[in-house]
Amino acid sequence: METLANIPPSFLLFAGAIVTVLLKGTRRNIFLVALPILTFIHIAYLPSGNGLRVCFLPGFGDSELLRVDKLSKAFGYIFTLNAAAALLFAFYVKKAIQHTAALIYIGSALGVIFAGDLITLYINWEMMAVSSTFVILARDTAKAKCAAFRYVMVHIFGGLLLLAGIVMTVSKGGSIAFDSFDYANANLGTWMILGGFLVNAAAPGVSAWLSDAYPEASVTGGVILSAYTTKTAVYVLLRSFHGWEPLIWIGCAMTVFGIIYALLENDMRRILAYSIINQVGFMVCAAGIGTNMAISGATAHAFCHIIYKSLLWMSAGAVLYRTGKSRCTELGGLYKTMPLTLLFGTIGALAISAVPLTSGFTSKTIIIAAAEHEHLLWPWIVLELASAGVFLHAGIKFPYFVFFNQDRGLRPKEAPGTMLWAMGILSFLCIYLGIRPKALYDILPYTVDYQAYTTSHLVTQMQLLMFSALVFFLFLPMLKRTPTIVLDTDWFYRKGGQFFYSTCDICLNGINKIAHKTLIAGATKKLCYFAKEGPANLLTLILTPFWEISGNSMDQREKLREDIRENMRKGVFPIGITACLSVLLIAVLFFF
Amino acid sequence: MADPKKEFDWFDKPTSRKLLWWVLWITCGITVVAELFIHRHPHFGIDGWFNFYSILGFVGCAAMILTAKALGVYLKRSEDYYGEPDEDTPSKDIDGNAS
Repeated sequence: METLANIPPSFLLFAGAIVTVLLKGTRRNIFLVALPILTFIHIAYLPSGNGLRVCFLPGFGDSELLRVDKLSKAFGYIFTLNAAAALLFAFYVKKAIQHTAALIYIGSALGVIFAGDLITLYINWEMMAVSSTFVILARDTAKAKCAAFRYVMVHIFGGLLLLAGIVMTVSKGGSIAFDSFDYANANLGTWMILGGFLVNAAAPGVSAWLSDAYPEASVTGGVILSAYTTKTAVYVLLRSFHGWEPLIWIGCAMTVFGIIYALLENDMRRILAYSIINQVGFMVCAAGIGTNMAISGATAHAFCHIIYKSLLWMSAGAVLYRTGKSRCTELGGLYKTMPLTLLFGTIGALAISAVPLTSGFTSKTIIIAAAEHEHLLWPWIVLELASAGVFLHAGIKFPYFVFFNQDRGLRPKEAPGTMLWAMGILSFLCIYLGIRPKALYDILPYTVDYQAYTTSHLVTQMQLLMFSALVFFLFLPMLKRTPTIVLDTDWFYRKGGQFFYSTCDICLNGINKIAHKTLIAGATKKLCYFAKEGPANLLTLILTPFWEISGNSMDQREKLREDIRENMRKGVFPIGITACLSVLLIAVLFFF
Repeated sequence: MADPKKEFDWFDKPTSRKLLWWVLWITCGITVVAELFIHRHPHFGIDGWFNFYSILGFVGCAAMILTAKALGVYLKRSEDYYGEPDEDTPSKDIDGNAS
């Protein structure tokens, strides 16, 4: 038992990734669903405290591969639960490569969650970046390849920030232990670590990788990706940067940014991607508030968010799977043939909007209450506003434009059975955690004294939501979708990259062209001409006065010139001329 | 007699849409009136205003839509703006199942 308690949960999934390649067909699919469930059970039985330690880099202290407490366990539970549902959803996928990448990705996310030191964290952090890139590449389209390239470049940048921060912290006498950083004693190293974490949290300015890459992933890829990278970032912020005030404002900015962009977007999965930024904003804000209630609220929210966000990505994925379309301008009227997908998608949409009786109502509102308890007026207003905005873009806009709106004549079949089962299980959890939140509150890092179901809270929440719904339908003509994309901060490196390329093209190839014109085509040609014709012309110039004195006619002189040229070409001269030229050369050398 | 094969299209009917509008207005009305019967504990002062949450929801969402609309003028571009290939992927090809 002691050996089992020392096995990091990530190792189970890494081993599973290898086994997946060896299995085939239904056996593989069953194994893929069973593995996360086994890992879930393993996490449940892990004793709290520090586990496996190895000496990886001598001089830096022991690396702690397994550190178990309530915070890491809560994230471990939801990561494995979601993996089981997502892999059940992915029952139809025939290629093993996507599953292998997904298992390494989920495994390394668990590796981060249970890491007790910064080196273990960093290694798993980078493994997440690389394996998730392969999840995106699995879509196997040109657009996915381009998006995956940009995605990995941004994450390499974030990873290097993190590495630089770790090196600076350790070199200044800090330990490699992964614990909380003190805001009052922050130095450049800790700020760089925070920067690395914020890249993965999709903070404003560095968020475009998410909305750029996730919608280009495959149907299953989108479901899997939606859960781990950003929530791992939330976990590390909760653990090590809680109480850092700038995070409150960064979180607030994320909530509003996500809504505005989701309102502008036409692609249904890109709407959901921006909605992730909005939701993670609540959690980042909670990390900034940093009180026990805020940390527990963010953990509860992350738990429920992963469930309903996966559910929304699944319903969008089922639509994409059946229709091959993801633009709102090409979708509509699907309620007629995909009623179950609509039902489950709507449950996810209601849960993300924190409608009473759903999990969003019992989790997200804890964060808002935490802001209220700390008397943070402006963050509280922004979070309330963002709650209303979520209903606007994810709660109504997504189901309305995909399943209702205009009938585009699409009559796809209902989603496959396993997809429906996966969506059904997550829908059940959305409602169960909304009605019986105690099961969730019991696993939170700190005891929560919070009562979501008070008459006052119910009424005010319904006021907020119903009037936001009213605004949606009153302003519907302004929300009409157009077949367009929206510029995000990826513009800087996408257009910047193109600009850099074309500038290099113009400058370097311009220099090349000028060099060719002046040196190769110009000077070399002239030198060659001179070497070829120069001696003949010089000789002709010298001999012409002698020919004139000798009384040669024009025709004779012309013939003599031709003869000299011909002799020059062939390199044959009468001995007298050769001797004469030799004397001339010696004279030139002598005088100069 | 109703055609058994006729698809469910209740939401497309103008009468249904009219009914849903009524439901929305009435629900909004109920939430406004319900505040008269509850006892609230405002933290900041302004949240104690009558129907603060209704006003916040309405004004906030309207402001966000108008902001999005205004930003859209500057931020929206055609789909081929970045000049990337846009292949129309048949649904069976998604996840590489076709190959």
